[in-house]
Amino acid sequence: MKPLNSVISACPPSGIRRFFDIAAQMDDVISLGVGEPDFVTPWRVREAGIWALEHGATTYTSNAGLLRLRELICAELAGRYGAEYVPDGECVITAGVSEGLDLTLRVLLEPGDEVIVPEPCYVAYQPCVSFAGGRPVPVPTYAEDGFRLRTEVIEAAVTGQTKAILIGSPANPTGAVQTRDDLAALVELAVRHDLYLISDEIYDRLTYTGAHTCLSALPGARERTVLLGGFSKAHAMTGWRVGYLCAPTAIADLALRMHQYTMLCAPHVSQLAAVEALTSAGDDVDEMVADYDRRRRVFVKGLREIGLDCPEPGGAFYAFPSIRSSGLDSETFAERLLHRHRVAVVPGSVFGKPGEGHIRCSYATALPLLEEALDRIGRFLQECST
Amino acid sequence: MREILEILSRDGHATIERIATMTGLPEDVVTERISAWESDGVIRRYKAVVDWDRFDQSAHGESDEVITAFIDVSLDPARGVGFDDVAARISRFPEVRSVYLVSGSQDLRCTVIGSSLREVSDFVSRKLATLDRVRATATHFVLKTYKRDGDAFLEPEADHRLPVMP
Repeated sequence: MKPLNSVISACPPSGIRRFFDIAAQMDDVISLGVGEPDFVTPWRVREAGIWALEHGATTYTSNAGLLRLRELICAELAGRYGAEYVPDGECVITAGVSEGLDLTLRVLLEPGDEVIVPEPCYVAYQPCVSFAGGRPVPVPTYAEDGFRLRTEVIEAAVTGQTKAILIGSPANPTGAVQTRDDLAALVELAVRHDLYLISDEIYDRLTYTGAHTCLSALPGARERTVLLGGFSKAHAMTGWRVGYLCAPTAIADLALRMHQYTMLCAPHVSQLAAVEALTSAGDDVDEMVADYDRRRRVFVKGLREIGLDCPEPGGAFYAFPSIRSSGLDSETFAERLLHRHRVAVVPGSVFGKPGEGHIRCSYATALPLLEEALDRIGRFLQECST
Repeated sequence: MREILEILSRDGHATIERIATMTGLPEDVVTERISAWESDGVIRRYKAVVDWDRFDQSAHGESDEVITAFIDVSLDPARGVGFDDVAARISRFPEVRSVYLVSGSQDLRCTVIGSSLREVSDFVSRKLATLDRVRATATHFVLKTYKRDGDAFLEPEADHRLPVMP
């Protein structure tokens, strides 16, 4: 047989996947490894989905998605963040941010173009850059300064081949939220070197210590920014696969062209559920956010009490504590913790080199389970030190 | 401050330390607030939410069945107090679990519990209906409770999430 695609063959399977396979075969595992809410979709949204199915919303929609949903999204972005987009022309409904990211990279990149990706970052960023024919250029961020983006570090990585910078804030896996000033400096850098900015803002509603800054609302950013967002996290709608891509017409047009040939449209029922989410589930979101925040405070305090250094996570639903005090590397730590104490966490190293020495813990888990997990991790740490 | 009450109304077991962590308030402030609310009646008491139907099913005969009925009461109002005095009298009966003044053709809607249909109907005919200014009562026995005070007594929804995901 002739060889299969070399880029995809060269891409290692997700490091998260391996842990999933081990954890899936064990009983009594407390999983802090889950990257999705423990809430189910608010009932009013599910009910709207059921109603839509009953009334035959089983067809394609327009390629860009239901105009009503695009209008609601654009109104929300304008009202909440001052980010102005035209629903008909600058907004495409995608099957989650994952599709939006893939579209964006394929629209922006020529073979060999470089994309700067600050690490630790979501596991799909760099593979998606490679799949689109680009070359990911990881740059580090550090726990010591809360994983903030340092423009001097990013600028040092800029070459003649650099095309774009890809960031996520609030971030998976660190929970870091970039400040307005740091983002403004990033925009300034992008303008100076004529780079595109790809902003994954799927966790925009989940911030606890300060307001979220929408990148494209910053002066000078809009014309070079692709904004990606969705419903999976704040509205607890991961399985519905519905998100959006907002960008200037030139980019959005090409994204829509790819989308119309590769995806046709996001699921119709999911789009109608998303309409309901935006029109009537605001209180549900606020309540879930308040609940995450309470668990966050309890969990981060608990981590510190059992002796793990943990940078304050300002957003998303992850804590990213340092496990250096255990003397183990993050993969060994996660593996032993899982085998000996039945707690699943994700080793920080799978999110890039600067993630080494950390583990990602999701606190989107019931409080009693978080407490039990803290107990177990505490016992494990004691074993490590004896 | 309101958040303290929100936390307690969801989990009466929440400790001072836990509430302080969750809200970011100092422990002594939380302690002081809660005892002030307890003494001035904002916090009435702490209790468990019980699904009695589920208990009855699992108790294999040792349970005492609880019958619940909604009683709608029509009243003659009195000068100066309206319905308040009668409503207060009705509220004092321990078998009466809730009393509301409502709009519509009746005036009060009460919830009454007893250990049998007879006990509840006796209470209505002997105590409630005979009160001064009670014109009429209408009794609706509860056949099954699906949701009460925000707690739905349904099977908990299974966690369908995979144990480790991006």
